[in-house]
Amino acid sequence: MKVRVALSVNGESREALVPVHKTLLEVLREDLGLTGTKHGCELGECGTCTVLLDGEPVLSCLALPVETEGCRITTVEGMAEGGRLHPLQQAFAELGAAQCGYCTPGILLTATALLADRPSPTRQEVKDALAGNLCRCTGYTKILDAVELAALRMGRQEART
Amino acid sequence: MIRLPPFTYLAPGTVDAAARLMAEHGRDAMLVAGGTDLYPNMKRRQFEPKVLVGLRGIRELRGVRGSASGWTIGAATTLSAVTAHPGIARDFPALATAAGLVSSPQLQNMGTIGGNVCVDTRCNYYNQSYEWRKAIGFCMKKDGDICLVAPGSSRCWAVSSSDTAPVLWALGARVRLIGAGGERTVPMPALYRDDGIEYLAKRPDEVVADILLPPAEGWRSAYLKLRRRGSFDFPVLGVAVAARMDGDIVRDARIVLGAVASLPRPAERAAAALVGQRVTRELIARVADLAAGPAKPLDNTDFTHPYRKKMTRVFVARALAAVAGLQNGSAASEEVA
Repeated sequence: MKVRVALSVNGESREALVPVHKTLLEVLREDLGLTGTKHGCELGECGTCTVLLDGEPVLSCLALPVETEGCRITTVEGMAEGGRLHPLQQAFAELGAAQCGYCTPGILLTATALLADRPSPTRQEVKDALAGNLCRCTGYTKILDAVELAALRMGRQEART
Repeated sequence: MIRLPPFTYLAPGTVDAAARLMAEHGRDAMLVAGGTDLYPNMKRRQFEPKVLVGLRGIRELRGVRGSASGWTIGAATTLSAVTAHPGIARDFPALATAAGLVSSPQLQNMGTIGGNVCVDTRCNYYNQSYEWRKAIGFCMKKDGDICLVAPGSSRCWAVSSSDTAPVLWALGARVRLIGAGGERTVPMPALYRDDGIEYLAKRPDEVVADILLPPAEGWRSAYLKLRRRGSFDFPVLGVAVAARMDGDIVRDARIVLGAVASLPRPAERAAAALVGQRVTRELIARVADLAAGPAKPLDNTDFTHPYRKKMTRVFVARALAAVAGLQNGSAASEEVA
């Protein structure tokens, strides 16, 4: 059963004619050409396919596009603005918080949601927020450092404006 | 890529319409809310429904409402929303804790309390890929005819793996079910059967619409969860304790164990031993021994079953101490081994 779905992805309206049983992850990657969202375990056990749905982190491997119509979907492609990296992306690059990089898009988006909610999180709050994102390279320390650095910079930016 | 098998997706606007669609499509149809349990199982071909009836668009299924007669939680309320609700956190801390310990933050944003109450039972021989199950020989829960945990058994021993169900049971919750033939409200124990396959006692067309909680009125509660990692993992032991205290005397108590059987398992003799008593360390030790009695874990989840049995006693003692205000040391709501 194919259905026409109208999705709002990174502020753009996108339409696709897809089998209803294709997951949001598959449609983002295969029909909309947005391969920044990674497919990992595909069973809800790793977090690398995380996208934001109305600002909340969810797993695109377990969501159907028909269930996300009318929601704002944000993928990692939607983070940079006007060619400038998001402060989280900048901090991850500077501190080496990405090694193989496979978990990075999911972690960046989960951290984006955290900082929107809590601009100055404690380390424990960062850990709790990222508890659904596995990373097999970094040992997490650099990721936690990068989220804290980005929070600091975003706070300063906020203070300046 | 592990893809979902094909199906038709129906999105009714009301619970009544959902129940009618379920009745119409019979065994071919399944209900889906958050999808966090069903979709992985469908990808592993544990379920292959031809029709999915989606509950996500049904407004009346969402939200937490308080009144003089207690709290009503719409079944499609997300686990995050349950944890974050200030009234629930104040009146039923065990429920807020349990919902906040389900899997990972992302799955709590997607998964619903109704879905967690109805979550599929689990087993080391069942929650595997199709190829794995085929290679070892299918079990009776899907595609086979024997139990690989207890080959001589005529029944399936898959484990109830809900965090919220033992808590709701201990809190005296009821469930409102809406079916094609009308609605009924049943106490939590009446929702379950002691069978790993047919673990729910509701008809397939019945939709869990609401969870009804009585007023907290002096009840205190605690939930403790055992799992290997601090995230993602299902419980391999859950202990829910609720007690109504009059000073330091227990007036009423319920202890319900999760992940030790195919349904939440009440420790009734243990709870009865608390009533009318002043809670002391000695009483807690005796009650914890009694509570471990009904826990009969089998060798079909993570950790060894003797360890899970032993930890039942330890967790019941800790949960009782927390409820009675006798806690010393760690107040952590889970143990990661």
